[in-house]
Amino acid sequence: MMQMRPITSAILPLRLEGASYAVGDKPLLSDISLVVKPGRRLVVLGANGAGKSLLLRLCHGLIAPTAGCCIWADGSSRPAAQAMVFQRPVLLRRSVAANLDYPLALRGLSRSSRRDMVARTLARFGLGPLADQPARLLSGGEQQRLALARAWTMTPEVLFLDEPTSALDPSATRMIEEMIESFSAEGITIVLTTHNLGQARRLAEDVAFLHRGQLIEHRPAADFFAGPQAPEARAYLAGDLIW
Amino acid sequence: MHLFHSCRILQFCSNFQQLLGGLHLDGPFTTALGLILAADPALMQIIGLSLRVTLTAVLVACAIGLPLGAALALARFPGRGAVIVLFNALMGLPPVVAGLIVYLMLSRSGPLGDLALLFTPEAMILAQTVLILPIVVSLTRSVVADIWDEYREHLQSLGASRLRAVPTLLWDGRVSLLTGVLAGFGRASAEVGAVLIVGGNIAGHTRTMTTAITLETSRGNLGLAVALGIILLSLTLTLNAVAWGAGQWARGRLG
Repeated sequence: MMQMRPITSAILPLRLEGASYAVGDKPLLSDISLVVKPGRRLVVLGANGAGKSLLLRLCHGLIAPTAGCCIWADGSSRPAAQAMVFQRPVLLRRSVAANLDYPLALRGLSRSSRRDMVARTLARFGLGPLADQPARLLSGGEQQRLALARAWTMTPEVLFLDEPTSALDPSATRMIEEMIESFSAEGITIVLTTHNLGQARRLAEDVAFLHRGQLIEHRPAADFFAGPQAPEARAYLAGDLIW
Repeated sequence: MHLFHSCRILQFCSNFQQLLGGLHLDGPFTTALGLILAADPALMQIIGLSLRVTLTAVLVACAIGLPLGAALALARFPGRGAVIVLFNALMGLPPVVAGLIVYLMLSRSGPLGDLALLFTPEAMILAQTVLILPIVVSLTRSVVADIWDEYREHLQSLGASRLRAVPTLLWDGRVSLLTGVLAGFGRASAEVGAVLIVGGNIAGHTRTMTTAITLETSRGNLGLAVALGIILLSLTLTLNAVAWGAGQWARGRLG
C-alpha cells in the first residue's frame, strides 16, 4: 500500500536567498536564507506574528518575495509536486470523495485514474465510511485528516503544514502526527509550523526559529533543543517550561 | 403536499367568501374557483404563456448573469466599483422603465427594429431578462466573492487559475444562488409594466397573468382576475417554500 518515493528529489533542495516580504514599508520577513533539504522534517518555530505562516506561503509560492528569491532545484518557479495544508482546512462544499477528486481533476487526470486514486486514498486513511458524507460536517480531526489525505493524493515531494493540529484534541493530534510520520517515511519532505513544543520535539529533524520576521537559528533539532544559542530562542523554550 | 396546498387554498377562499359575503363579492370567487377547477382553456393558455416567458427569461438571465457575476467577483479592473454599483441599482429598476427601454430598442425605428419582435412573447422574454439580470449578477457576485475569500489560498495552492475557479465557486455556491434565481423568478412573474409595454396584452398571444388581471379588473370581469391572482399567489408561496426548504436541506446536508 505504501508508495516508497526516492529521497532524491527533483525539486528539492529549495533555497531561499535573502528572501524578504514586506507590506508597504513594514517588513514581515527579512533577509531569510534557508535551505529545505530533501527527505527531512523541518519544523518552523517562533512566537505569534514571527512570520511562520508567511514563510510557508513564501516557500509554497502563494506569495512572492518582495526582495531576494526562492529557488527550486528544478529551476521552475512553482513546481507542481508540492502541497500545503492550512491551519483551518479549506474543504469544498462537497462530499469527502469529491474533495479528494477535485485536485486530481484540476491536474487533468483521467476519470478512471482519479477513481482509483480516490478509492486508494479513502482506504489508506480510513476515510472509506465517510466517503459520501459532506466534508464540512466532519469533526475537526476528520476534516484535518481529509485535508492531509487530499494533499497526499497530489504525490507531493514536499508538504507544507501550517499548524496542522492547533485546533485538535490530543487523540486527533496523535492521528495527524502519525500521518505526518508515515508521509515522511515515504520520503515526502515535511515543512511544518507549530506552537506545540511537544509536537516539535516529536517530529522535528531540523528546526528553523523565527523572531520578528528574522531567521535566528536553523539547526538540527537535537542541537536546538539541547541548547539554543540565540537568547530569543532560549526565552521561547524557557517560556514553554514555565507554562 | 400539492393536494394539501390546494385544499388549504380552497379553504382559505371559502372562508374569504363567507367574510366577504355581506359585501356581495362572492360572485368573483365562485367564478374564479370554477375556472380553476374546470381548467378553463383561456386561463390555462395565459398561465402557460406566463410561465414560458418568465422561465425562459430566468434561463437567459442565468446563462449571462452567473458567469458575469462570478467574473465581477474575481476580476480586478478600473471601474469595477462603478459596475457593481450600477448592477446593484438596476435591481430596483422599475419594470415600466425596463419595458420602455426594450420598447425603444425594438420599435420600428429602434436599433433592433428589423427583428420585428415588438408585441411578441420574445419581446416580453427580453424585457423580463433585463429585469432579472441585475438580481442574478449582483447576487452571484456577492455569493462568489464570499466563497472566493474562503477558497482563494487553497485553490491557488492547487494551481487553479481564476478562470478555472469560476465553475468551482458557482457550484459550491449553488444553494445561495438558487435563492437568488428564485427571487429573480418572483420579480419577473409578478411584474406587469414591462410585459404590458412590449407585449401589448394581445389576447391569446401576449396576454400574461399580470396583464390579464389588470385588464379584466378594469373591465369588471373579476372572476378571471381573481382566479389568476390566486394562481400567482400560490406560485409565489410555492417558490418561497421551495427556496426555504432547499436552504434548510442544504444547511443540514452540505454544511
